[in-house]
Amino acid sequence: MNIHTPQTEDIELDLLVEAIYRKYHYDFRDYSAASLKRRLLQAREHFHCQTFSALQERVMHDTDLLPKLLGYLTIQVSEMFRDPTFFRALREQVVPHLRTYPSLKVWVAGCSAGEELYSLAILFREEGLEERTMFYATDINTTALRKAEAGVYDLDRIALFTANHQKSGGKSSLSDYYTAAYGAAVFDKSLRKRTVFSDHTLASDAVFAEVHLVCCRNVLIYFNRELQDRAVGLFKDSLVRRGFLGLGAKESLHFSAHAADFAELNREERLYQKRA
Amino acid sequence: MNESKKRSHIQALVIGGSAGAVGALMQLLPGLPGGFPLPVFIVIHLPPDDKGTLAGLLNSQCQMIVQEAEDKEPIRPGVISLAPANYHLLVERDFSFSLSQDDPVFYSRPSIDVLFESAADAYGSALAGVILTGASADGARGLQAVHRAGGRTFVQDPATAEVPTMPQAALAACPQAHVLPLSQLARTLCALALPTELHASLS
Ligand SMILES: C[S@@+](CC[C@H](N)C(=O)[O-])C[C@H]1O[C@@H](n2cnc3c(N)ncnc32)[C@H](O)[C@@H]1O
Repeated sequence: MNIHTPQTEDIELDLLVEAIYRKYHYDFRDYSAASLKRRLLQAREHFHCQTFSALQERVMHDTDLLPKLLGYLTIQVSEMFRDPTFFRALREQVVPHLRTYPSLKVWVAGCSAGEELYSLAILFREEGLEERTMFYATDINTTALRKAEAGVYDLDRIALFTANHQKSGGKSSLSDYYTAAYGAAVFDKSLRKRTVFSDHTLASDAVFAEVHLVCCRNVLIYFNRELQDRAVGLFKDSLVRRGFLGLGAKESLHFSAHAADFAELNREERLYQKRA
Repeated sequence: MNESKKRSHIQALVIGGSAGAVGALMQLLPGLPGGFPLPVFIVIHLPPDDKGTLAGLLNSQCQMIVQEAEDKEPIRPGVISLAPANYHLLVERDFSFSLSQDDPVFYSRPSIDVLFESAADAYGSALAGVILTGASADGARGLQAVHRAGGRTFVQDPATAEVPTMPQAALAACPQAHVLPLSQLARTLCALALPTELHASLS
């Protein structure tokens, strides 16, 4: 079935993505093409370029443009205890297994500005697991990683975070973990003393540790099927036998090449366990 | 319009609506037979915390299968797929779905424009688009994209729409669209789904 013949714009778009990869090593070639195109169209408009070729010309010769363009190319929507029922299921179904290990490693892949990392750190503290755990929080967006390391969020997001935390089965008050100052909530730095933040891409980097839990939520939907398979393959190789994988609310291993290597622990909450 | 565009078979159907559209779908979709050969993609504006009960409700009323679209799911003919609340639904050129949480369009996620524009990219002239009742301008650009790609465009007659804003905006952006009352839409869409020769002999 050949409904589509390539238009000039499609050729230019492919070349732009290729150019970003060749020059800056950010590899968007295997992202979901339809939403990538939308975001690049928005970027093109923002940078007042008539064509993708013009945008390519600018990004090739103006290195300051890249961080801004990355802001368009990666989606940074997040919240603490996002989908509270996921975190509740984590407490109820995963934590009991994790308790049986003397030391733990957790990988938060695609951590954005850190909302998910702090949620997990709080949950692990509440469950008495924090002291035995190392967290790895990784992302390709270095601006987001810097925010994650700072742990400062607008105060007007805290009501939502607090409600989510309660619904997740929170055993303490979220206000125990931050101080409010000048319209911002500054999270306690002790929450991240066991965390390594690092620039890591699921598109081309390798496994770096053996971990017991991978949380990679709302990242895979931006990848095409091949890149999803690569990423899930990394998680599989990184996880210990019977280790756990948590995905986003609309992500699953349903269409994954690795589906058979995982058991569904909680279908609704997208929690998986690597088979032995 | 050139000959090849005129002759191409419609291979997919996109439908968008907002206020009043659940009722309109309840009237329209049961009119499509179980053997309807096209995949159907639908965006209805829903509150972000909607629990996805609409697909089940429609499924119980329809002869076709109605489901919520999943990320990277291959498109299947004869299946009606709805965008989940709070996610954009996009059609990829390899004829699978993608979901995304890109910014809302006209305060809406899912957005009709996002679905229609991506589907027009994937299907070109083999796409038909329908805009139903609604209180937003979302969908107008999308329907225009369907038309520009050479596809077929339909708008619910604003006079029969519960809220005429959306069909009016769609018509302003895409005046070439056929205007039809809801009661005639199912029959028209069935005719579209038939092979072109048969379709031509009917009209
Ligand atoms: C929507 S956010 C998800 C944040 C958080 N996990 C959550 O669920 O709330 C997606 C994140 O994935 C990151 N990302 C995109 N491509 C990536 C890649 N190839 N490798 C690692 N992270 C990536 C983006 O920079 C962004 O921070």
